[in-house]
Amino acid sequence: MSDYSSEEDSASEWVMYKDKPEWADIKPIPQDEGPNPIICIAYSDKYKDVNDYLRALLHKNEISERALGLTKEAIYLNPANYTVWQYRRQLLKALNQDLQQELIFINDIIQSTSKNYQVWHHRQVIVELMKDGSKEKPFTEEIIAIDAKHYHAWQHRQWAMKEFGLWDDELSYVEKLLEDDIRNNSAWNQRYFVVKHTTGFSDPEIMKREIKYTLDAIAKAAHNESPWSYLRGLLGAKLGDEAVVKFCKELLKSGCISPHLMAFLVDVAEEEMESQPAARPALLQEAARLLDDLANEHDTIRRNYYEFIGQNLKAKYGSPGATGDCPS
Amino acid sequence: MEADAFAADSNMSTDAAPPYPWSGTLAEVHQPVEAAVCHQALPIKDVQLTPNLPTKLLLDKHRDYIVDYGTKKDDYEYAMAEHLRMNGIYWGLTVMDLMGQVNRLSREEILDFVQQCFHSDCGGFGASVGHDPHLLYTLSAIQILAIYDALDLINTDKVVSYIQSLQKDDGSFSGDKWGEIDTRFSFCAMNCLALLKRLDAIDVDKAVQYIMSCMNFDGGFGRRPGSETHSGQVYCCLGALSIAGKLHLVDADLLGWWLSERQLPSGGLNGRPEKMPDVCYSWWVLTSLKILGRLHWIDKESLVKFILACQDEETGGFSDRPGDMPDPFHTLFGIAGLSLLGDPDIQPVNPVFCMPQHVISRLHISHQLL
Ligand SMILES: [Zn+2]
Repeated sequence: MSDYSSEEDSASEWVMYKDKPEWADIKPIPQDEGPNPIICIAYSDKYKDVNDYLRALLHKNEISERALGLTKEAIYLNPANYTVWQYRRQLLKALNQDLQQELIFINDIIQSTSKNYQVWHHRQVIVELMKDGSKEKPFTEEIIAIDAKHYHAWQHRQWAMKEFGLWDDELSYVEKLLEDDIRNNSAWNQRYFVVKHTTGFSDPEIMKREIKYTLDAIAKAAHNESPWSYLRGLLGAKLGDEAVVKFCKELLKSGCISPHLMAFLVDVAEEEMESQPAARPALLQEAARLLDDLANEHDTIRRNYYEFIGQNLKAKYGSPGATGDCPS
Repeated sequence: MEADAFAADSNMSTDAAPPYPWSGTLAEVHQPVEAAVCHQALPIKDVQLTPNLPTKLLLDKHRDYIVDYGTKKDDYEYAMAEHLRMNGIYWGLTVMDLMGQVNRLSREEILDFVQQCFHSDCGGFGASVGHDPHLLYTLSAIQILAIYDALDLINTDKVVSYIQSLQKDDGSFSGDKWGEIDTRFSFCAMNCLALLKRLDAIDVDKAVQYIMSCMNFDGGFGRRPGSETHSGQVYCCLGALSIAGKLHLVDADLLGWWLSERQLPSGGLNGRPEKMPDVCYSWWVLTSLKILGRLHWIDKESLVKFILACQDEETGGFSDRPGDMPDPFHTLFGIAGLSLLGDPDIQPVNPVFCMPQHVISRLHISHQLL
């Protein structure tokens, strides 16, 4: 029936397990769908053959080389089968297998099905057993080179970095990726991750460096969401950093109409309304003008958001004597 | 999970979403749409809604599609989906209930199947008969039983102790006893226990603490501490916090803004910056905004248009993007999304549990919305 013929069996002649003499001692166990089967699936013969024998081995919990080989076939046929992965790990440990070889097998599987959860978890467990994380950075780099936002690869890389303390050179790796694509949100996330786990953000020199890096990125592509998020993350509760505000106002003056820029300036204006009651009318007017432009011209799909913010600001700071705080 | 099934999804399919076997060919439609604003604007990754795409809701077709799907058991895709069969039944059952025709599925057969997947020794459910237990399938099984008001068919005390056994010292949850940790599993566990009214069985404070340790600088959440924000994980974490009554820990304005930014010119929503729009992500973003009380921040009209354009006029069902192959997973999230957006022909869906609201009301399950 279906075209199960994956690469590996078209090359060599596939022999069914039921036709192999060395498997004659095993009585295959067909899939039991219960008395009232809502699923009578017409599996391919090969799929059925492999899985029937797998069930039989699982049933008697056989620990053998041939079982290990069979798990490989089953994984090739369906890497989403979570039971077979666990059995394989059990076999690898019990048979004292060379785990370097296992890494090669994993590379192979990941190449064909890199978004599968089980295979990544498997790799993590194997690397933990080997107590050697030295291959994990180059390995994930190969995948990230093909798919720069590969969630599993980034996750695995972060795990290995934490587990084995692989922090060196990560910032320059991230910068290289951002040079290639300044919009790579995964790389921005990784930047935050590295700084947080190495120098931290509390040193003013580090903050200065990060802000400068981010503003340079914004200058290159002001519509790019990622550095704006990063900037907000850096600044935290106080957006009104002098250098940042100056940069933003100049960018706006130059004619840039990035919604991120304008929305950021609205939030800065709100901060100032809070701290400078005397300046409220002017600030409110400025914010209202930006919000109006955003809602009606530059980012109309988020009009409701901008109108909501505008109404809130007016209610909070618009009436004479409004304090911005709860009146009671 | 393989199931992009975060609650099943996990779907981090094109993204982190596992390419679950039903997704058909995910030919990435990549038609640049000019952002048309600033000179610095680059083309946005998005799809273009062409005039030939559907604009009316084809409920009858979708009902037939789901009913037929369960009977076409002879094809390759169905066989390969065995490892998420339990999720599949939850998707199909929920969407049929939302479409008002739950009676067209066989209650007896489904309950029979669910019971056969129960491991009475440990208390978990497998994806299919003879499969190892996992939290993802345990949640789907409990959801199915709850919809059918049939929780008394199984020993729920066992299920509770199974879930309890999966909580780690740091408050996180693994998906099965072999240990993969993910905030999805925190949500699965708390969702399940909420349905069973046994949240007291776990350390909820620690579970919340772990989730908060996964909060990022953009206000969103990832799979583990430090992992990039992803809208599927955002939904899971908000869902868990909602069940725990701890939504005040979230910066709702910052996260609401990030979520609103997911809407693209086509009206569809993506899962992360610079990703393509997708019906399933549309649900996760939309319902997250609903939980945060900020659903009105996005443009409903164009989102409805996008979701409707993802219908398959011939076969019924929804696909991830216009023109792709439909599947039950995206069909549920298409219909659930339209329900949240107020479609009068669809039953109200509960945003946290992704189940028909009448079921949650009948069970008197409490949760928090901002
Ligand atoms: Zn999808």
